[in-house]
Amino acid sequence: MQNLLSIITFLPLLAAAILALFLRGEDKAAQDNARWLALIATSATFVVSVFLLAQFNPADPRFQFVEEREWIFGLRYKMGVDGISILFVMLTTFLMPLTILACWDVTRRVKEYMVAFLVLETLMIGVFTALDLVLFYLFFEAGLIPMFLIIGIWGGKDRIYAAFKFFLYTFLGSVLMLVAMVAMYVDAGTTDIPRLLRHSFDAGPMEIMGWQVLGGMQTLLWLAFFASFAVKLPMWPVHTWLPDAHVQAPTAGSVVLAAILLKMGGYGFLRFSLPMFPVASQIMAPLVFWLSAIAVVYTSLVALMQEDMKKLVAYSSVAHMGYVTMGIFAANQQGVDGAIFQMISHGFISGALFLCVGVIYDRMHTREIAAYGGLVNRMPVYAAVFMLFTMANVGLPGTSGFVGEFLTLAGVFQVSTWVAAVAATGVILSAAYALWLYRRVVFGDLIKESLKSIADMTRREKAIFAPLVAMTLLLGVYPALVTDIVGPSVASLLSGYHSALAEAQGLVRLALN
Amino acid sequence: MATVVLLAPLVGALICGFGWRLIGEQAGQVIATALVVLAAILSWILFFGSYDEAQRIVLMRFLDSGSLVADWAIRLDRLTAIMLVVVTTVSALVHLYSFGYMAHDDNWRPGEHYQARFFAYLSFFTFAMLALVTADNLVQMFFGWEGVGVASYLLIGFYWRKPSANAAAIKAFVVNRVGDFGFALGIFALFWLTDSVEFDTIFASVERLAETRVTFLWTDWNAANLVAVLLFVGAMGKSAQLFLHTWLPDAMEGPTPVSALIHAATMVTAGVFLVCRMSPLYEYAPEAQAFVLWIGAVTALFAASVGLVQTDIKRVIAYSTCSQLGFMFVAAGVGVYSVAMFHLFTHAFFKALLFLGAGSVIHGMHHEQDMRNYGGLRHKLPWTFAAMLIGTLAITGVGIPLTHYGFAGFVSKDAIIESTFAAGATAVFWLLVTAALMTSFYSWRLMFLTFWGTPRGNRHTHEQAHESPRVMLIPLAVLALGAVFAGMVWHGSFFGKEAAVKAWFGIPVAEAAAAHDAADAPAARPGEGAIFIHPDNHVLHKAHEVPAWVKAAPFVAMLLGLGLAYQFYIRRPDWPAALARNQAPLYAFLLNKWYFDEIYDWVFVRPAKALGRLLWKQGDGAVIDGGINGLAMGVIPYVTRLAGRAQSGYVFHYAFAMVVGIAILVTWMTLAGGGK
Repeated sequence: MQNLLSIITFLPLLAAAILALFLRGEDKAAQDNARWLALIATSATFVVSVFLLAQFNPADPRFQFVEEREWIFGLRYKMGVDGISILFVMLTTFLMPLTILACWDVTRRVKEYMVAFLVLETLMIGVFTALDLVLFYLFFEAGLIPMFLIIGIWGGKDRIYAAFKFFLYTFLGSVLMLVAMVAMYVDAGTTDIPRLLRHSFDAGPMEIMGWQVLGGMQTLLWLAFFASFAVKLPMWPVHTWLPDAHVQAPTAGSVVLAAILLKMGGYGFLRFSLPMFPVASQIMAPLVFWLSAIAVVYTSLVALMQEDMKKLVAYSSVAHMGYVTMGIFAANQQGVDGAIFQMISHGFISGALFLCVGVIYDRMHTREIAAYGGLVNRMPVYAAVFMLFTMANVGLPGTSGFVGEFLTLAGVFQVSTWVAAVAATGVILSAAYALWLYRRVVFGDLIKESLKSIADMTRREKAIFAPLVAMTLLLGVYPALVTDIVGPSVASLLSGYHSALAEAQGLVRLALN
Repeated sequence: MATVVLLAPLVGALICGFGWRLIGEQAGQVIATALVVLAAILSWILFFGSYDEAQRIVLMRFLDSGSLVADWAIRLDRLTAIMLVVVTTVSALVHLYSFGYMAHDDNWRPGEHYQARFFAYLSFFTFAMLALVTADNLVQMFFGWEGVGVASYLLIGFYWRKPSANAAAIKAFVVNRVGDFGFALGIFALFWLTDSVEFDTIFASVERLAETRVTFLWTDWNAANLVAVLLFVGAMGKSAQLFLHTWLPDAMEGPTPVSALIHAATMVTAGVFLVCRMSPLYEYAPEAQAFVLWIGAVTALFAASVGLVQTDIKRVIAYSTCSQLGFMFVAAGVGVYSVAMFHLFTHAFFKALLFLGAGSVIHGMHHEQDMRNYGGLRHKLPWTFAAMLIGTLAITGVGIPLTHYGFAGFVSKDAIIESTFAAGATAVFWLLVTAALMTSFYSWRLMFLTFWGTPRGNRHTHEQAHESPRVMLIPLAVLALGAVFAGMVWHGSFFGKEAAVKAWFGIPVAEAAAAHDAADAPAARPGEGAIFIHPDNHVLHKAHEVPAWVKAAPFVAMLLGLGLAYQFYIRRPDWPAALARNQAPLYAFLLNKWYFDEIYDWVFVRPAKALGRLLWKQGDGAVIDGGINGLAMGVIPYVTRLAGRAQSGYVFHYAFAMVVGIAILVTWMTLAGGGK
């Protein structure tokens, strides 16, 4: 089909428009209609995206399903997916129906809530499918708004502070990216991403106010993109918006934030930084490595001391994203494969962990670890599910969490043993904080009076977790599902990267001295 | 057949763990047990096969990323076959035993279901352990490695109401993770150096590794030594060797059948198995071998010394396990991998026997574990007493000196001690002899305190003491058979003539040379045969030619230990307390396990927590947020104004305005840029 990508991308938006325009009233029936419409729309999107995956040819590293049209102001509308982006599309369409199910019990402004999620889905898919710089930027930036609203309207007590912190951090990062995009257009004369990928930006040293800038233009562009993606991912030390945003966001918002929105940063590195600015990537890789390694250790230690469950999971997310960034800039097959795998897998695992927190938050209305204990006594199914995802979070082999960590570390080890060794300590620390959390919440005797009548998971909750459990185990046992799709595109990206480096060898050697 | 052995316990675990609500708890347990018994029977059939070449059975693809390729596969050779019988046999017996042991448990409230869960965990553990020993690549091995860790975590923390059990479970997992950290780095290093994680490829390149120097962290290393040491760190964690041993005694919080299966016979021996599996590498890494040797030797002595003073029956046996594992590593360290496997094999029988026997005592004594409250139990628990006696005779090494007729431990432990002397490691030899003396002392101390003397402690408990049901005694009987005969029957295969050992392990020996003197046989290549013996390694041969006094030394040490224990606990029961008073600092040092837990708490746990809090409050809070908020000071009034509006319902207008604004901005900048 010619317009498959556009259909997938704009189907949720269409549903959102229908909701916004035609649904009136705040009564129970209207709310149910809103929920069901959102669920059906997101499910339909997922079904269509399965066709996309089925028709996708993994052996071909080029962009597929490409659509190109004239658009306003001489801009072009161009969409397409390759092995790197298609799985992010799938991740998004897979998780959105579950997200809608997860906010089934929300009763405040249901229609607007559903509209926000539907619009968000369109924007997120758009980020991963856009093949034009301007289009990408639009999707990338506009995605902030529904998320901003989800936190700001349906969030917790300090939601306004968290929403603005989230918005300002990510927005300020993006301003620099916008400047860089303009510069790229000036230099290359196009906003077409495939053509930009073939364009080689000048990497000769540059003098700015007496400072010698190695890699010149490339490094400047790289830094501008880095500012945006590093905040988004987030990397240490610009991660502090994330715990606040998570804590205040409603459960479904946290799920989307952790599972999909963060991945835009990693995707950006793979789509722009690495292939378009290879020389700069090479020069800046040590910086990324060390920020990543620090992130793993630092945030794991911080996670150890958290008293709020959601904050703990949020910090653990930052640690796991550390593996992603170091894997990407290791610039070898294992590193990049592992980074993509880690992002996909983290989508399931962190999403599930936030849902796990949500399950008991819905019952007790507190996220404080100390308020729980002994839940296994009354919630055996919950205990089992939470245990599985705790272990997956810890990177247990047989779950998807292992593959990403293992591959990225194997990739990084070939580039820097120090970074790999420091980051690998995260394996120990993650076990400590995750199991300690589990013990305090789930194990022990059930003493607290308030928990005496807590009920196990409902059928709806089980239905949300079942697909996540299945994916986590499936990808853990048979990771080739992902690596087969990702592999050829990554191989082609890397061969381009390394041949560009070889061409610019003189510059790099100069840079490294 | 090997595939059935591997997967049967997994099927059992799944049926029992998830299906018991449908088919009933009893049925779930029976199915799980039956499947493990099936696996055990098939394992014995495999064991009696011959393995001239390793067979490889590929089940499914696993990792595949560039040149990093690993399958779910079974590598079947002598080493695997030995581990298969050990794992499935002990596991089957423990399953059986658990029917009796777990029938009633005061840790659970009436109506709570725990038995099916217990059996499911046991079966899952068995599966993970089998995945470990059948692996044909390091990644699958790592899967099994961590899988048994999880099973161990779940089973140690089985009584999840007990805070001590939860703490012990976390400790076990985290300390093991420290080992796994080293193991993982070892795998990464091997992949980096050989571009493969599969055993065959790795073994084929060990000679090249031995001549390669690499930079790892701060300094240059010999590649083979580096990898061997890193892998051994993993082995230290799993096999509770010195510095990473602290979790094993605490692991005794789990139900006793667990201790027998996981923390005595199988999981903790995975480290020894790893070193033997990687023998081609260790044979080319002399410094790493020395490291293995010394860690093993010091652990053997350290754990035995702590075992002398413990009062909890299970902890004594736990330290004993730790010490015996040290013996096995010594054997591997001097290059006699067959002997390490020999002791692993016999130890599985007599240590599982001792644990299950101890479990029988605990069961009969209403979950009393303090030996100070036992005494005179041989009349109340005659069968258990007989079994424990056999186990003690085996572990202390009773046999006829200068022959190889004796209990299992006599044959295999003496083989280690003789090999150590033959290898020229005289200091280690004396360490081991001392450890053997201590082994004898603490083992007999356990026996004397439990079964001899007068009943101590709660009188009511002693009156109620009863022998265990048959379902618990049968496994004891089977293990007792192994503890008596395993050494004598398989002596020739593990520690006989060099040619016989090589033939059994599938190491090719040229026909003509084998007929004359095996030591002159042309060398096998690394990777041929289940273990590899370097052409210059003649320890196995020389071990048979050590002087008679060396062969007799461990026996004499055993007698001395027995005599001392008899003097202390039968003839003069007042001596132990008096000695403890006289030597208070030494006693406290041993009783507190050389203060490892306290030191680790101060050096690692507290600083980690303090640092975590500091980074959170100061790093994230004051520095990062403080800095950025300070920067944003100018924006804040604007923010608060917006915030006021956001609550008043105009947010959608704002959102719309933002989208339009961005669109205009982009368009304008693009057009302007294009015009230039």
